[in-house]
Amino acid sequence: MSVDKPTVAKIASLARISMDDAELERMVPELNNILGWVEQLGEVDTSDVEPMTAVIPNTLRLREDEVNADGLTGGDRREDVLANAPAAEHGFFGVPKVIE
Amino acid sequence: MTNDVVTSTYRLQGATGEWEVVIGLEVHAQVTSAAKLFSSAATEFGAEPNTQVSLIDAAMPGMLPVPNRECIRQAVRTGMAIEAQINKYSRFDRKNYFYADLPQGYQISQLYHPIVGEGQILLEADEKAGIPEDKIIGIERIHVEQDAGKLMHDQHPTMSYVDLNRCGVALMEIVSKADMRSPAEAGAYIRKLRSILRYVGSCDGNMEQGSMRADVNVSVRKPGDPLGTRTETKNVNSVRFVMAVIEGEARRQIDLIEDGGTVVQETRLYDPDRNETRSMRSKEDAHDYRYFPDPDLLPLELDEAFLEDCRASLPELPDAKRARYTGELGLTDYNASVLTAEVETFARFETLLAETAKRLGKSEAEVATQVANWTLSVAPGVIKSLGEEAKLEHNTASAQAAILEMQAAGEVSGGQAKEIYEIVLRTGGDPAEVADAEGLKQQSDTGAIEAEIDAVLAANQDKVEQYRGGKDKLFGFFVGQVMKATGGKANPQVVNELLKAKLG
Repeated sequence: MSVDKPTVAKIASLARISMDDAELERMVPELNNILGWVEQLGEVDTSDVEPMTAVIPNTLRLREDEVNADGLTGGDRREDVLANAPAAEHGFFGVPKVIE
Repeated sequence: MTNDVVTSTYRLQGATGEWEVVIGLEVHAQVTSAAKLFSSAATEFGAEPNTQVSLIDAAMPGMLPVPNRECIRQAVRTGMAIEAQINKYSRFDRKNYFYADLPQGYQISQLYHPIVGEGQILLEADEKAGIPEDKIIGIERIHVEQDAGKLMHDQHPTMSYVDLNRCGVALMEIVSKADMRSPAEAGAYIRKLRSILRYVGSCDGNMEQGSMRADVNVSVRKPGDPLGTRTETKNVNSVRFVMAVIEGEARRQIDLIEDGGTVVQETRLYDPDRNETRSMRSKEDAHDYRYFPDPDLLPLELDEAFLEDCRASLPELPDAKRARYTGELGLTDYNASVLTAEVETFARFETLLAETAKRLGKSEAEVATQVANWTLSVAPGVIKSLGEEAKLEHNTASAQAAILEMQAAGEVSGGQAKEIYEIVLRTGGDPAEVADAEGLKQQSDTGAIEAEIDAVLAANQDKVEQYRGGKDKLFGFFVGQVMKATGGKANPQVVNELLKAKLG
C-alpha cells in the first residue's frame, strides 16, 4: 500500500492540517515509509493467533450510572469548561457561525 | 431475513409507469440513563447550557472514557426485545470529523463490532393504515455511540452558540434493513420501535425533545429491478416528517430519473416548513470518517451472568401482551392493539382490571371486556367532556373499580355509571355515597318494578292483545313505558325478564 500526493493532500484536508506543496512533497515518501514498515508485519503468518488487545490480561471496566460520581468525571463545572474558550457568552461557547 | 414474501402494493405513478419505493431507517434513540455514556455528567433534558459537561465531554487533554454499565445494559435489553443476536464481544471505534458540536473531533461509536446483531420487528396488519398483512422488518444491528452537542444559530449575528450538555449522552443507533416499501410501513415501524423502547424502558421515546431521530434512506426502482441509488435524509424527528420525507424524496428521485438524470448518493436535510429535502453540500467529504478502533477503550466483553440479568429484567413486550389480551382476556383485536400501544394505557388498564376483578371476586378474563371499554371509551369520554373540571387526582383505580362493580351488579346503569364518575372526578366523593346521595341507582327490586309493569299493562290492554296476537315489536313499547314510569331507574334487565314472564 502506498499513497500519492493527492491522497496526502486529502488526508491533510480531512485532518484540517494546512500543508503547502513542499510539505506535501516531503510527506509522501515519509508516509510511504511508515506504511512499508507496517506492511512488514503482514509477512508473519498469524492465521492461528488470537488477536491481542492488551499486553496484560485485562478487560474493559464499566462505571456505575451515578451522576457527578467524582469531581473529575462529573459536570456542574461550567466555568472550568469554558475557561479556555476563545469566546464564551451567556454560558455558551461562541464559534464562527456555522449554518447548513 | 429480508422479507420479500409479503410484497407491498404501494406504488408511485411516474410518466414511464409504476415505481416501487425502498426504505431503510437508522433510528437514533437516546438511552435512558442518569449519567452519560463515558462520563458521570448528568443527562437530564433542559438544563442550563454547559452545566452538564464534564472534562471528558469537553475533550480536555488526558481525559479517558469509562463506559456506563447502565447504557450497555439498556442496549442489550433492547436487543433482546427485538429478538436480536447479542454480541458478547463488541468494541468501540472512532468516527473522525470536525464540527463545532463535537469537541473531541471524533465520535466514539461501534462500526466493526456492534453490541447487537440481527433482529426483527413485527408490523401488525392495519388495513386502514395501508398495511394489508403482518410484515416483519429486519434489524441489521444496534450499536452504542455518543451524541453530539447542540448548536444555536439565531442568538448572535456572527457567532453560533454551542451547548455541550447533550455531548456524550448515550445513543443507540438502530439500523433497519431496507425492508420497508411505503411511507405507511415506515411510520408503523417507528411507532412499533418506539413502543418497544418504552416498554423496555431503554428510551423515553420523546420525539419532540429529540430522544428519537431518524435518518431516512430512500431509493426507487421499477418493481422487480435491482435496488436504485439511495439518498439519506438526516435527523428527521417525527413520524409524520419521516413519512413526508419518503413521499417527497421518492417523487423527486422519480422525476429526476424520468427526466434523464441520475440519483446521486448523498446526504440531505429536511426542511419541515417547505416540506422538501435539500442536499447538504458542505458535507461532501463527510463520509470519509477514517474509522479506527478507539485506543482508549478495550473491547467490551459481556459474561453470561450479565446477559441473564438483562433477560430477566425484560417486561412483557407489546406482541406478547397483545396476544395475551386477545387470547387469555378475550379482548377484540382492536381493543388489544389500542391498549398495548402505549405504556401508560396498559398500565392504567391492568391496574383497574386487577382491582375490578378483586372487588367482584371474578377472574380478570371475566371482567376484561367491561374494563377495556371503560378504559378506552367511557373514561376518556367523560374526562374530555369535563375538560378542566376533571380533577385527575380523583381518578383512582379504586374509585373506578367501585363504579364498575356497581354497574356489574346491576345497581347502576351505564348512563348512571358515567354520571357518578363525572361527580367523582369533580368532587372526589366516594362512588357508592355519590350514587346514594344523587339517587343514581337502578331499581332492581322486583316487587316495585312488578307493580309498575302491572299498571302499564292495565293501561294498555289493547296493545297487550295485539302483542299476544303476534305483534312482537310492541315489546319495546312496554319496556319504554315501564322505564318511563320508573323515571328511567329500573334495571332494564329485570324489566325485560319480568315483562316477558307477564306477557307470557
